[in-house]
Amino acid sequence: MHLVEYGILAQGLGKQFHDFWAVREVNLRVPYGEVLALLGPNGAGKTTTLRMLTAVLPPTRGRAWVAGYSIRHQPQRARAAVGVLTEQHGLYKRMTAEEYLRFFGRLYGLEEPHLSHQVEKWLRFFGLWEHRERRLGAYSKGMRQKLALARALLHEPQVLLLDEPTSAMDPASAHRVRTAIRELRSVDRAVVVCTHNLTEAEHLADRIAILHHGRIVAVGTPAELKARLGPPEYEVILGRPLHGALPRLPGQVKVTHIGTDRFRFRWIHDAGEELNPLLLSELLAQGWPVRALAPVPRTLEQVYLEVVGHEQA
Amino acid sequence: MSRPEVRGTRFHSRGKIRRVARHRRRRWAAVREWLRPVLLIARREVQDQRRDWRILTPLLGLTLFFPLLANFTARRMVAYMEQFDAVLIAERLYPFLLLVVGFFPISISLVVALESFAGERERGTIEPLLAAPLSDAQLYVGKLLAVLVLPLAGSYLGLLSYAVTMMWRAEWRPDPLLIFVIWLLSTVQALVMVSGAVVVSTQATSVRGANLLASAIIIPVALLLQWESMLIFWRRFEILWTVVAGLTVVSVLLVRVGLAHFNREGLLGRDLDLLDLNWAWRTYWHAVTGGARHPVEWYRGPVRETLHALRKPIALAAGLAIAAFLLGAIWVARYPWPSLSLDPEQLAALREHGMQSMAGWGPLTDLHSWRGWLGLWWHNLRAMLLLAFLGLFSFGVAGLLYLMVPFAILGGGMVLAERILGLGPGWYLLGFVLPHGSVEIPAILIFGGAVLRLGASLAAPARGQTLGAFWLRALGEWTRVMVGVVVPLLAIAAVLEAYVSPQVAQWVLWRLVQGG
Repeated sequence: MHLVEYGILAQGLGKQFHDFWAVREVNLRVPYGEVLALLGPNGAGKTTTLRMLTAVLPPTRGRAWVAGYSIRHQPQRARAAVGVLTEQHGLYKRMTAEEYLRFFGRLYGLEEPHLSHQVEKWLRFFGLWEHRERRLGAYSKGMRQKLALARALLHEPQVLLLDEPTSAMDPASAHRVRTAIRELRSVDRAVVVCTHNLTEAEHLADRIAILHHGRIVAVGTPAELKARLGPPEYEVILGRPLHGALPRLPGQVKVTHIGTDRFRFRWIHDAGEELNPLLLSELLAQGWPVRALAPVPRTLEQVYLEVVGHEQA
Repeated sequence: MSRPEVRGTRFHSRGKIRRVARHRRRRWAAVREWLRPVLLIARREVQDQRRDWRILTPLLGLTLFFPLLANFTARRMVAYMEQFDAVLIAERLYPFLLLVVGFFPISISLVVALESFAGERERGTIEPLLAAPLSDAQLYVGKLLAVLVLPLAGSYLGLLSYAVTMMWRAEWRPDPLLIFVIWLLSTVQALVMVSGAVVVSTQATSVRGANLLASAIIIPVALLLQWESMLIFWRRFEILWTVVAGLTVVSVLLVRVGLAHFNREGLLGRDLDLLDLNWAWRTYWHAVTGGARHPVEWYRGPVRETLHALRKPIALAAGLAIAAFLLGAIWVARYPWPSLSLDPEQLAALREHGMQSMAGWGPLTDLHSWRGWLGLWWHNLRAMLLLAFLGLFSFGVAGLLYLMVPFAILGGGMVLAERILGLGPGWYLLGFVLPHGSVEIPAILIFGGAVLRLGASLAAPARGQTLGAFWLRALGEWTRVMVGVVVPLLAIAAVLEAYVSPQVAQWVLWRLVQGG
């Protein structure tokens, strides 16, 4: 285990409130340069996990290091190395955007002229420079979210923890924020994004972890997670209705679904994909007009529902 | 080798002076580094208050308008009283109004302090602040400073404008020390109110909840103001210095309580102001029983453990009791007392007189019946419960100090017995103290230790518990000692006091009369 390789390293992290375990056991490794999406239903423990990683909540058990600092023993150093976008924006409505960023910049130890440079950089990055003199009470939801992101990034943190970064945003603003997060990916920064938006997770994340009942129940790249659904499924669309009678198929084919003019199947061994041309010629030989043979697309939603459903069962 | 340098009466080498200076610079730099975020938080909060008309308007009104009104009232009152040659009464109004003028802007600080944490939590601004690289103490002290600055500035401005205009218009020439002590009073009153309100704010789940809990601050401060007013009207200004000292200690303790119970988890996690009596009872009862299943297990386990944990507070109570005993003796010994030689008739008269004076005192009409010892027991128990209540609101101090009064009386009694009756200390203790005191004094000391611990526990770190849970547990442990040890010991002492002590006392006095 090399702490320097990982922005976040958590081992058996758990948090108990009174009699309730909000997080039971979280084991995470997020190397620098990676974006990890943390998915899970409401109450799965995502926010509590983020709060522990921000050293705001002390864990009941387990240990974790953020940017190499122990959240138990060096909480202030850990907090200094993390940029966090909290569920609530937490903006002071009587301040202007510039005052707000300057206040947090100083709290994170930035000094002039670097502070002014950073404030301008991130206000421009999020398109808020023209509105820097406006009171935050007059900002729209999207602008507030962007400013909160600017606050999280102001001190160029090594670890970025984002809780629902695009929640309550219109599609255009959400797109802008997603683009920004993609641009923020760098070799010396680890990013964790908590979201309910599966498409967002798939587009943003290198790896996805699914949290359920306080435990990480699945983790991997989107492709690895989709592979959990079993061998790929294919769909054959025929030129005429089946009328309940399937064509004669090779023994290695397992039919999974039959429609009016189509059927779905899986090969019962892994290398079955290579046999698709054989199946095609067999069908044509039997006189079936084949209009298409294509893999059935798999979504992250299927994976998510299967993982969460399986856990619930 | 560096040349020695004369500094005062000591010699220091230049190297040592440089080392000390370097060390001081480093310490000062560390202090400044610690204070930097504290001042940042305070400055931001003050800036926010300056932009909030709901805070600024009453503050300006109380600072600018009220001193003028007070000035006008004072002068009108003096003019009115002059008709009756009672100017003296009206003139006492001058310093009283100075106190009021200083206090009014401070009352705003309570409102601001009450919402310092609860308000941020409600507005959702607390989490980014908690996630910033600040220690709990930096965040807490920053908030505390922030709520003090504007109201204190208003208070000082009000005091200044009232004092100056009164000196100018009414030709008031107060003692500068009086102005100084009222200025100090305003400052420490603000500190007490703010530190108390910030404790409330950290523990409340909403601003509404904090406002409801604020009566715990408002009522004692209102009573205190009335007392201070009386002191001013009686011209007992010297007692105001004691009030300043007492309030300073309370404010320091309140800050300590706030820091000890500052809980990031609670600030983020608590959502409901739900009164859960079931949970409260379960927590309390578990603290009382300590999980024991029957009385023997209870005495062997939890009660013994608590007594063990009380060693230091009991030792402190014992030390204080000895000091009180000696102080009582020394104080009584300062005065001349007539000596008296008792004869059998006088002794009988003394006994009769004693019984008659007891006869007017409720349950003690018949000392030698069950009602007698029960009356003694109930009297002692009632006094202890009252002291526990006092101790709870003074971090244990008031309870323990009042508990020392009987020991001072015993010390004084010892000197009196020696001076008046010629009864030696040994006979005095044997005849009047030890028969029931051998049981009652340990009970009092254990009780004193338990009260001190109960009161002081409020200022101890809560280690992740809520203030409510922590307090219920402390109260449970106190009950454990009371029910398991103090109450039974007091009952035994009462029986001894009713049946044995009078006999022993009579025997000692009889022996004295006989010239033994």
